[in-house]
Amino acid sequence: MNTLLDDLRVIQNEPVDIQYTLKDFKSDQEVRWCPGCGDYAILAQMQKLMPELGVPKEQIVFVSGIGCSSRFPYYMNTYGFHTIHGRAPAIATGLKIARPELSVWMVTGDGDALSIGGNHFIHLLRRNVDINVLLFNNEIYGLTKGQYSPTSSPGHITKSTPMGSLDHPFNPTSLALGANATFVGRTLDRDLKHMGAMLRRSAEHKGTSFLEIYQNCVVFNDGAFFSYTEKETKPEQALFVEHGKPMVFGVGNDKGIKLDGFTPTVVKLSDGYSVDELLVYNERDLTLATIVSNMTTTPGMPRPFGILYAADRPCYEEEVSRQLATAVERRGNGNIQSLLNAGDTWTIS
Amino acid sequence: MSNKELRSLDDVVIRFAGDSGDGMQLTGSQFTNTSAIVGNDISTFPDFPAEIRAPQGTLFGVSGFQLHFGSGEIHSPGDYCDVLVAMNAAALKVNLGSLRANGIIIANTEGFNDKNLRLSGYAVNPLEDGSLDSYQLFAVDISRLTAAALKDLQMSSKEVDRTKNFFALGMMYWLYNRPLEPTEQWIKQKFSKVPQIAEANYRAMHAGWNFGETTEIFVTRFDVKPAPMQPGLYRNINGNTALALGLVTAAQKARLDVFFGSYPITPASDILHTLSSLKNYGVKTFQAEDEIAAVTSAIGAAFGGALGVTSTSGPGLALKTEAIGLAVMTELPLVIINVQRAGPSTGMPTKTEQADLLQALYGRNGEAPVPVIAPATPGDCFYAAFEAVRIAVTSMTPVFLLSDGYIANGSEPWLVPDVSELPDIAVQFHTDTEAFQPYARNEETLARPWAVPGTPGLEHRIGGLEKENGSGNISYSPQNHQLMVDLRAEKVERIANTLPLAEVEGDEQGDVLIVSWGGTYGVIKTAVQNMHSRGVAVSHLHLRFLNPLQKNVGEILCNFKHVVVAELNKGQLLKVLRSTYLVPAVGLNKVQGLPFKAEEVEATINDLLNS
Repeated sequence: MNTLLDDLRVIQNEPVDIQYTLKDFKSDQEVRWCPGCGDYAILAQMQKLMPELGVPKEQIVFVSGIGCSSRFPYYMNTYGFHTIHGRAPAIATGLKIARPELSVWMVTGDGDALSIGGNHFIHLLRRNVDINVLLFNNEIYGLTKGQYSPTSSPGHITKSTPMGSLDHPFNPTSLALGANATFVGRTLDRDLKHMGAMLRRSAEHKGTSFLEIYQNCVVFNDGAFFSYTEKETKPEQALFVEHGKPMVFGVGNDKGIKLDGFTPTVVKLSDGYSVDELLVYNERDLTLATIVSNMTTTPGMPRPFGILYAADRPCYEEEVSRQLATAVERRGNGNIQSLLNAGDTWTIS
Repeated sequence: MSNKELRSLDDVVIRFAGDSGDGMQLTGSQFTNTSAIVGNDISTFPDFPAEIRAPQGTLFGVSGFQLHFGSGEIHSPGDYCDVLVAMNAAALKVNLGSLRANGIIIANTEGFNDKNLRLSGYAVNPLEDGSLDSYQLFAVDISRLTAAALKDLQMSSKEVDRTKNFFALGMMYWLYNRPLEPTEQWIKQKFSKVPQIAEANYRAMHAGWNFGETTEIFVTRFDVKPAPMQPGLYRNINGNTALALGLVTAAQKARLDVFFGSYPITPASDILHTLSSLKNYGVKTFQAEDEIAAVTSAIGAAFGGALGVTSTSGPGLALKTEAIGLAVMTELPLVIINVQRAGPSTGMPTKTEQADLLQALYGRNGEAPVPVIAPATPGDCFYAAFEAVRIAVTSMTPVFLLSDGYIANGSEPWLVPDVSELPDIAVQFHTDTEAFQPYARNEETLARPWAVPGTPGLEHRIGGLEKENGSGNISYSPQNHQLMVDLRAEKVERIANTLPLAEVEGDEQGDVLIVSWGGTYGVIKTAVQNMHSRGVAVSHLHLRFLNPLQKNVGEILCNFKHVVVAELNKGQLLKVLRSTYLVPAVGLNKVQGLPFKAEEVEATINDLLNS
């Protein structure tokens, strides 16, 4: 028996000639983030990317939780669901299982994903549901006006930590790797080109793609990431990894990373090292990804950006559908009357 | 043929009791199925501990299964049992209070050894000290007799001991003149891969039967004739199974795919188990990481156009609260099953209670009305689930289904419905792009359109922030908020237009009306029938719909001098009825983790009439 969704899929599958421009993805809602907020840049990159993906916009859904970043769906002219605090991964999971053909994006923040929604976040990653997760990390609670978040630095002075935060922070990429994510990346709101490339890779990945985006909160944590975004410090502080390429950074790429046992160390190419001796990044190597991700919190090491890890693993929702298909293969399409008639029955005449 | 006297009885209540590892639930359900097949009406009450395998011989490890079968209508498992099968001393101690005066005790003597007596706190063996003289005591060495029947099977003594419940079952089959074939067939199927176990159980059961036939201790056996029941195909069904079947049937009648998000919790988990085996019916089940993910995944699926369902019990419902508010706000269809258990907090997971009514009605922030339906019997769970789905999709609202541990695990014969005679559930996805508004209203139901992702031209955003009526845009307008709060309330109120009027069993007016809801129906009905047979005029109003209440409920209440609201809580429906209709109703309340006894209900009414 055909269901209403089967009927809808017939319409969905009709070929359409899509010629979208950026404008097609702008909703009629006025954007209400603070002037200068990093979210604007991310929104613009996303609206720029969407026409290039060739997905009909009625098949795209943005799901979010609560927080500044979670306003995102209102500004995309696609389907959208602004849900409740921390639960976006579970809502997106239910949607994707029910509708595997949809392109589902999830927008979240450091508080939404890592504090109140930490549980759903790790379970989404281990299940590998084909959802693109964008975590806007500003290391602060913005919407509630400036309390520390689970990614805030120790000692951070905020409204709720007048003597400094005592919490040890999460490193989101290491947390994601620990939760067996199949795609882990990091980018910056102020590096549009890199962010565009990272968003595209996220969209292309089959399975849960986790992209952490350093996002400047201009009001409550201004400049938190400036050392990685501003040209004075960026070359020395940020390392952009690329699959198959040696790990170099610094002004004029004068430095690189070498492995000393399992410990990454910084070497200067002017000290007699050649590029051939440097670590060549391999985004499919989980051990390497773990080591490099941990550089995030290692003093003296540059902070890694780029695709840290990308692997293939079956997607949860496809496996769910496969089990249903197998059940039909084995037992045929279920007949409700025979289901009700099953078991130990008797007839009274 | 036996030459022993065969006495005919109208109805019998048997309670099988033993260690939680003794297979008492299995024994009870086999006796139930066989009795159903011979045409008796039946009601059962499994009463098991939370421990999976509690230490052997202890009082807290006792598992019981009570069944009531008869040749007339049976509505409850019975206040007291006529026969207590006690596999050990602890089982006797825990259950003796539920045996009627001069009732039959069948005791497994091996279960009364020194260790068992000590564990159950008996200083002397009650089988020998005359303390059971007011009962008909049959002490049978079930363990030894079973071992003797199996001695050439080369099984360990532990394995042999595990079959002693089949000996007891065989003996009870003999005593109540039941056929062995249904259980024989069950054994054959169940243990087809372990023929030795099948053989052992088969032999133990026959040995039990033969023991009854040959022993001198039983002089009488009993017969309970078939009950006059509506013609048709029957099966024995418990509430959790009926719920699962009702959901799948309703989904098909609505042409929807079921998405079932759940987190395991006693006593609701069996719904998840049943549905997870129905994949070829297009049912997608999702065992979520927690209760919140269970409900929110169902909300996500509902946004996507599936029939979103979640199931839980009290503590889990507490966790789902915020998400249910989201479903109210986004006006998405959702069925929330709460198989109530004794609370608060973890409470008594395997024991029944009806104390989550107010939680279902009011347990959310803000003005967040949700319809509430409560099935009356195990079989009614099917129809209640069907009704919940209908209301959810036609009014675009979350709906509560309040079952309880008693009907979830209890069972009764169920007349299997003809699917083609069940009504279709009319639901359509919105596809018209002309002047589409996500919060436009159906004039009759006030429901908003169900516009699902994938539909070209209907791209829109929803969420938990207050919405402007019509456009669905975020709105902080005071007038709009008032309007939306009123609309959401009226939408639920209007569901009453689609409900049949409530019906009183007994006189339409008089001195006393007993009002009940949910799983207490059978016991209250039994009590009312008992009173009728003694010439006491009492009427009964049973409510399946708790929100909205049916339109004539107030009118009915006003037709009686006394209104007694019977419920397994401290008076939750009572509060609702008193505040809604300003009637001086009084409560009949019990919170012991156990169902009412009919005699408790009768005593209350008698006191009321004599006061």
